[in-house]
Amino acid sequence: MSVVLSGVSKIYGKQKAVDNISFTVGKGEILGFLGPNGAGKSTTMKMITGYLKQDAGTIEVMGLPVSHHETESKKHIGYLSESNPLYKEMYVREYLQFNAQIHQISKPKSRIDYLLESTGLIKEANKIIGTLSKGYQQRVGLAQALIHDPEVLILDEPTSGLDMNQLVGIRALIKSMQAEKTIIFSTHIMQEVQALCSRVIIINEGQLIADDPIEQLQARISGDQILHLEIANLPATSPDFASIQGVLGVERQDNLFIISFEKDNDVRPAIFNYAVKNGLVIIGMQLITRDVAQIFQQLTKKQGDGSNL
Amino acid sequence: MWPRYFNNSQKSKEMGAIYKKEIAAFFSSLTGYIVIGVFLIILGLFMFIFPDTSLLEYDYATMDQLFSIAPLVFLFLIPAVTMRSFAEEKQRGTLEYLYTKPIKGWQIMWGKYLANLTLVLIALLPTLLYYYSVYQLGSPQGNLDSGAILGSYIGLFFLVGAFVAIGMFASAISDNQIVGFILGTLICFIVHWAFLYLANLPLWGVDVSNFIQSLGLNSHYASISKGALDSRDIIYFISVILGFIWLTQWTIEKERG
Repeated sequence: MSVVLSGVSKIYGKQKAVDNISFTVGKGEILGFLGPNGAGKSTTMKMITGYLKQDAGTIEVMGLPVSHHETESKKHIGYLSESNPLYKEMYVREYLQFNAQIHQISKPKSRIDYLLESTGLIKEANKIIGTLSKGYQQRVGLAQALIHDPEVLILDEPTSGLDMNQLVGIRALIKSMQAEKTIIFSTHIMQEVQALCSRVIIINEGQLIADDPIEQLQARISGDQILHLEIANLPATSPDFASIQGVLGVERQDNLFIISFEKDNDVRPAIFNYAVKNGLVIIGMQLITRDVAQIFQQLTKKQGDGSNL
Repeated sequence: MWPRYFNNSQKSKEMGAIYKKEIAAFFSSLTGYIVIGVFLIILGLFMFIFPDTSLLEYDYATMDQLFSIAPLVFLFLIPAVTMRSFAEEKQRGTLEYLYTKPIKGWQIMWGKYLANLTLVLIALLPTLLYYYSVYQLGSPQGNLDSGAILGSYIGLFFLVGAFVAIGMFASAISDNQIVGFILGTLICFIVHWAFLYLANLPLWGVDVSNFIQSLGLNSHYASISKGALDSRDIIYFISVILGFIWLTQWTIEKERG
């Protein structure tokens, strides 16, 4: 496994920013790191990079305990921070040369040329970083993280503030590196998780509340399924869908019925038959699959319920 | 602990990268040129223009003016050079980024220290022209005490070294450059002059007074400037430099938590 966290905690004063988190990530995986603001995503990432020291637990990167082999483990990590700090007075190429020097890259020129090409920065190579747009600065940050061809790539909200085209470009770049790298990236954007990730970790208030492949995550949360049913002609007495076997609950909004039922027991034929028998005209029947966004909301809300602020 | 750092040429490559980046930053902004320009203009005014201190009005061919004014100019100039060292990097978040790179804290410290020192020494270099002028103006020509001047330059070199270390420490305390500058000037002033004033208070006997005076940079600078290279003075300066660099590193490491 490329990255192993076991029982990692980080405490600021009395508050546990990260509370006993354990997970492992291997080569070829793109791990999506989800959580509301202040959940401890960035803190966890900073601990993996070796910038912050954990107060408890161990972190290993490529088999090296970060706390004991700080400099060695950093050689295997490429990191793009959320704020993407750059030396804005430097030229793009000059900045990459500086990074190549720090990493002691043997043939810096060909590596820098390759990165300028693959991040689409060729035309910007001789511009001052401070004059570039946010999207291009983000690419410079990404090129910097990739300069030493690291095995582990940690990207903290790499697509925030980008426009649609830039977003697609950066996503494609991340996806293209999947095979030979271990990628951990945090995001707010749910579509991104579904588009890119093989696995999702959700953190809330410093605690890990879900660690699943996307498909499993959906299954785990929704033991039940949702059906939207629209009826054109409503009789005086409300139809009793709840009496149908397998139906768990019914919620009514005017002529829309939201029916939840057991996942392995498709109630649609029974509902259709019931409607025909009672003279109800069905004008819409739609099976709703929950997306990651809903799952995320549901999970983090559950957690927050106890401590209403 | 310290000397080991310099034995490893492989490891000094990262330090070299920091050093080059810092030097480039001085000269890509106006900082480098302003520092050198201001320093030379002020010294030139005192040495050749203002009648009270001008050597043209003076009866002797010496460079004493340079060596008595330079600490005062450096008191403001060096904190102005070093104020951005850490304050700016902290404010922009680039220091955090440096600490995620495979580079050690001491490599960042010494890379920055040597770059700051280099810039101030570059400013000092043209003052050799003043030496040439005084040499030519002497009657008979060349009638000046070159040995004492060499000693004074060595003293000034150590003084600059100490001021740069202090200035970097001041910059590491805050993420505001102005605070870094004011604190740097204040600490330089305290370390250089305050002990002298304290020693002159009519409170102590001669022994205590001498001891207090020996705590300040001033007495050691004066001692080396006289041309007497005393190992105690050199040890004192090196201790101040290493002490403040250690404090700087400690301050930065503490913030990483």
